[in-house]
Amino acid sequence: MIVLAVDVEKELGAFNLAVRFEAAGGVTALFGPSGAGKTTVVNMIAGLLLPDRGSIVLGDKVLFDAAARINVPPHRRHIGYVFQEDRLFPHLSVRQNLDYGRRMSGHPRDPDDFARIVALLDIGHLLERRPRLLSGGERQRVAVGRALLMRPRLLLLDEPLASLDPGRKREILPYLVRLRDHARVPMVYVSHTAAELRRIATKVVRLDAGRVVASGGLELLEQADADALG
Amino acid sequence: MLDLSPTEWTAVLLSLRIALVATAFALPFGMAIGWLLARKEFWGKTLLDGLVYLPLVLPPVVTGYLLLISLGRKGPIGAFLADYFGIVFSFRWTGAALSCGIMGFPLMVRPIRLALEAIDRRLEEAAGTLGAGRLLVFLTITLPLALPGIIAGAVLCFARALGEFGATITFVSNIPGETQTISAAIYTLMQIPGGDAAAGRLVLFAIAIALAALVVSEWFARRAGMRVQGK
Repeated sequence: MIVLAVDVEKELGAFNLAVRFEAAGGVTALFGPSGAGKTTVVNMIAGLLLPDRGSIVLGDKVLFDAAARINVPPHRRHIGYVFQEDRLFPHLSVRQNLDYGRRMSGHPRDPDDFARIVALLDIGHLLERRPRLLSGGERQRVAVGRALLMRPRLLLLDEPLASLDPGRKREILPYLVRLRDHARVPMVYVSHTAAELRRIATKVVRLDAGRVVASGGLELLEQADADALG
Repeated sequence: MLDLSPTEWTAVLLSLRIALVATAFALPFGMAIGWLLARKEFWGKTLLDGLVYLPLVLPPVVTGYLLLISLGRKGPIGAFLADYFGIVFSFRWTGAALSCGIMGFPLMVRPIRLALEAIDRRLEEAAGTLGAGRLLVFLTITLPLALPGIIAGAVLCFARALGEFGATITFVSNIPGETQTISAAIYTLMQIPGGDAAAGRLVLFAIAIALAALVVSEWFARRAGMRVQGK
């Protein structure tokens, strides 16, 4: 079943992007070198950047359609976004950060859901702290929890491990795999690291210079390694 | 030494009332203008920027004179407000509050604008993806993060309003109990033989109020700053 259908074009100065792909449940990897346009694509899916042409459909809901002049604003898209930098709110505690999405969307309090995700990400001991006092890995886990607790229809993760050192990366990846297997939220996962994606992705869309160059299974990652070596 | 006469008390309380009212009324405008200057690009922005800072660089007497000829009983705006709304500024304490607010306005706008410019817009984007519309983003993210700047702006405006002399005395004169603030009272006392002791008492009071305002604002700003930095 197709969950997300993206068909967008955007000109950004000299950079010209035209990307078309579809994603089902599971984890769709947007894979490619820096400057391929991966972040640009997820920003358009989240509604933070307006495409010049095309459409974005999530489930049965049209989020963007240039021809029909439809553009749902970010706060009504119900798409969780884990940014490269955690972007936690510095003036709120971890608990308030986690609760922010639920409060803003007007969902009733759900202690079971909260407890489940806090346990999944192992952040229960951090709840009363301020983000400033957390380690990079802890901050990124809280950011994932915050995006999940808004009950998104889709979760976007833009290089969630990029700002972490190798040890921290190894620390977080298992949580993300657990998320894939237990949270039942479709994900779009941006990365330029094949090794990382091999652990988590279920489908791969390869981008280069603003174009989809290949789309398919995990074998595309092996091919990328071969290209890089050859 | 610190026994103030009833007239002196009146001047002290009147000064406080005028400064508080001036700050309270200036605050929403200060936030709106600070926000416009920090976040928006529009035609005439440079002009607005200049206008806001004008009271800071003009001689206060000039500002007072401009207020008098426009908002005085016979001024075009003043006559209109008096005839249709019954609002009179000239020779009233409300006029003093108006001139004090205008004189303090540039000092209020600047820290608010700087605080808004310093906010990481990416946090607001993140709040948007979490389901907060523009108003909620402003109330839950922008406003709390800009709070130290807003407090600093309010305090500077209050301090300026408390000390305002030139524009106020030009616009609404120096009427005991109505427009005679601490500064105006001190000035009057200095003109009277033997008024030095009373003037001295008021000077001490002015210093005490200014110091108290500084201490209180420092405390607020520190608390707000700690919140923003997540300490």
